[in-house]
Amino acid sequence: MKFFISWPEVPRGEINIMKQFIAFVTKEFYHVLRDKRTLLILFGMPIAQILVFGFALTNEVKDSEILIVDYAKDNASQEITTKIGASRYFKIRKAALTHNEILSTFQKGKIKAVVVFPVNFNDELLHNNKAQIQVITDASDINTANMITNYLSAIVQDYQNQINVNLELPYQITAETRMLYNPQLKGAHGFVPGVMALVLMLVSVMMTAISIVREKETGTMEILLVSPFKPVLVIFAKALPYLFLSLINVSAILFLSVFALELPVKGSLLLLFAESTLFIITCLALGIFISIKTDSQQIAMLISLMGMLLPTMMFSGFLFPIENMPYPLQIISNIVPSKWFYMIVKSIMIKGLGIQSLWKETAILLGMTLFLLTISLKSFKIRLQ
Amino acid sequence: MAEPHSQTEKVIISEKLTKRFGDFTATDEISFEVYKGEIFGFLGANGAGKTTAMRMLCGLSAPTSGKASIAGYDVYTQTEDIKRNIGYMSQKFSLYENLTVLENIEFFGGIYGLSDQQIETKTNELLDRLGMKSESKKLVASLPLGWKQKLSFSVAVLHEPKIVFLDEPTGGVDPVTRRQFWNLIYEAADRGITVFVTTHYMDEAEYCNRISIMVDGRIEVLDSPFNLKSRFGVQSMDEVFYQLARSAKRGD
Repeated sequence: MKFFISWPEVPRGEINIMKQFIAFVTKEFYHVLRDKRTLLILFGMPIAQILVFGFALTNEVKDSEILIVDYAKDNASQEITTKIGASRYFKIRKAALTHNEILSTFQKGKIKAVVVFPVNFNDELLHNNKAQIQVITDASDINTANMITNYLSAIVQDYQNQINVNLELPYQITAETRMLYNPQLKGAHGFVPGVMALVLMLVSVMMTAISIVREKETGTMEILLVSPFKPVLVIFAKALPYLFLSLINVSAILFLSVFALELPVKGSLLLLFAESTLFIITCLALGIFISIKTDSQQIAMLISLMGMLLPTMMFSGFLFPIENMPYPLQIISNIVPSKWFYMIVKSIMIKGLGIQSLWKETAILLGMTLFLLTISLKSFKIRLQ
Repeated sequence: MAEPHSQTEKVIISEKLTKRFGDFTATDEISFEVYKGEIFGFLGANGAGKTTAMRMLCGLSAPTSGKASIAGYDVYTQTEDIKRNIGYMSQKFSLYENLTVLENIEFFGGIYGLSDQQIETKTNELLDRLGMKSESKKLVASLPLGWKQKLSFSVAVLHEPKIVFLDEPTGGVDPVTRRQFWNLIYEAADRGITVFVTTHYMDEAEYCNRISIMVDGRIEVLDSPFNLKSRFGVQSMDEVFYQLARSAKRGD
């Protein structure tokens, strides 16, 4: 059987690159939206991470057992103790212990914090207008320790305001806080920036790498290379959807942290998104680089996980404070892009700093991005030969 | 192109085309010509250098020495023009499995610079011809292999290339589907599309206008299947191929 159909002549004018690009990006979105696993990683993971970290944080603090060691036994100490007891966050136990005994109670693990009123607490307050209490917390669980300290300080502050109402020279109680086990308290409140770095690493590096390597595996890359679509554009068209999806992820994480965890963004939201975009591009460049160097999806995934995710967890300062690391590791941490991103996000979100205080970190991240982009595109060209 | 549609219009000209990888000469001074609308079989055992030669002709890899022009364009300097004037389908399946038939057509139409209007016309014709109207919204992954291959070929010639390169297009396909596939190839050739095809199936070699057989990086013979059989004094292409391939020193 023969068919007689007119085949319109295809004009061979200039190909509109924009149209090609749009066709490609559309295809990429189909890929992402059709793949349930990809979608799950893309959107399930950040939400799960935030919720896990978030609720671990809030549940812990309620009904924490507090040991009060009251050497003063005067009006002021009694009143503060009552206030602490009235708070829904704390359950009070009292004991008269020596310093060493305090440390050993911690090791049993039930006590979250110890408040010590020194002898003559009220006298000091009345005569010197200054007194100290000691708050000792178990900072192996940094988030809890930090929360407890904040609550206790607030209670003491409250008492202070109460007695200061009619005085010209105000009394001052300073809470001397000792964070046991982790005195620098690195990582506290840092989990949202940490999750952000982690999720972006995962989405941008791994997903991009896998999506490019997949085309190599299935043989469609060859088809793309014999097509008039410019190879460099393949790379950009592959990366663009992930840039977009990563930004959605950033928004989702921020939304959850503000509304579900009540952890507000103190600094500029615009700056935060700009810095995130920069970091996403860093990650995309890394992903592209991995995809050029590998030929199988499994290997691309392994490299992304071992080579990118692990350093992000270890060296960003998110889980382990960098200051406590051996010196060589501290130096290594400097080449991990997530470390700089983590510092930037934490400064913007928690300290509310602006670009004038962050330009150094931003410059480092920018330098890394440019470097990675250059070597990715260079090795891509070499590969094509 | 202002040239007349004649039997002697040359669309592929290769002169002593050579590719070396270090000491290894993958393709050794191959010279041949392919005419417009011809079905040219490019045969050879595994490792004979077919793929390397084909990659050079497609503008994917630069030759070490020699000359070649594809659709009038030079393989060294005008690879972009070459890419726009050729179609390509590889032994690996060439479409996206998790896109629908329609989305695949739209994508490839898009990167070959077809207008929306052209894509629409082409899509309708293509689906009509393949009888796949009702499957157009199905994911390609759900189609049987034979259909995928036919679709893959139709997409490879969607932009009406001057030459279509087929790298073992019928691997793993049953004989009936292969026959149908070859009907598509004949139709394309009738429209003036030159077909450059590699295959391991000797019955398919018989369908070609002319074939070349590569042994150890060189083209040993180049003629019509009929002439080759009579020259070697045998009944089938199988025997021709066997006699030549037997002398090969390179294996897989």
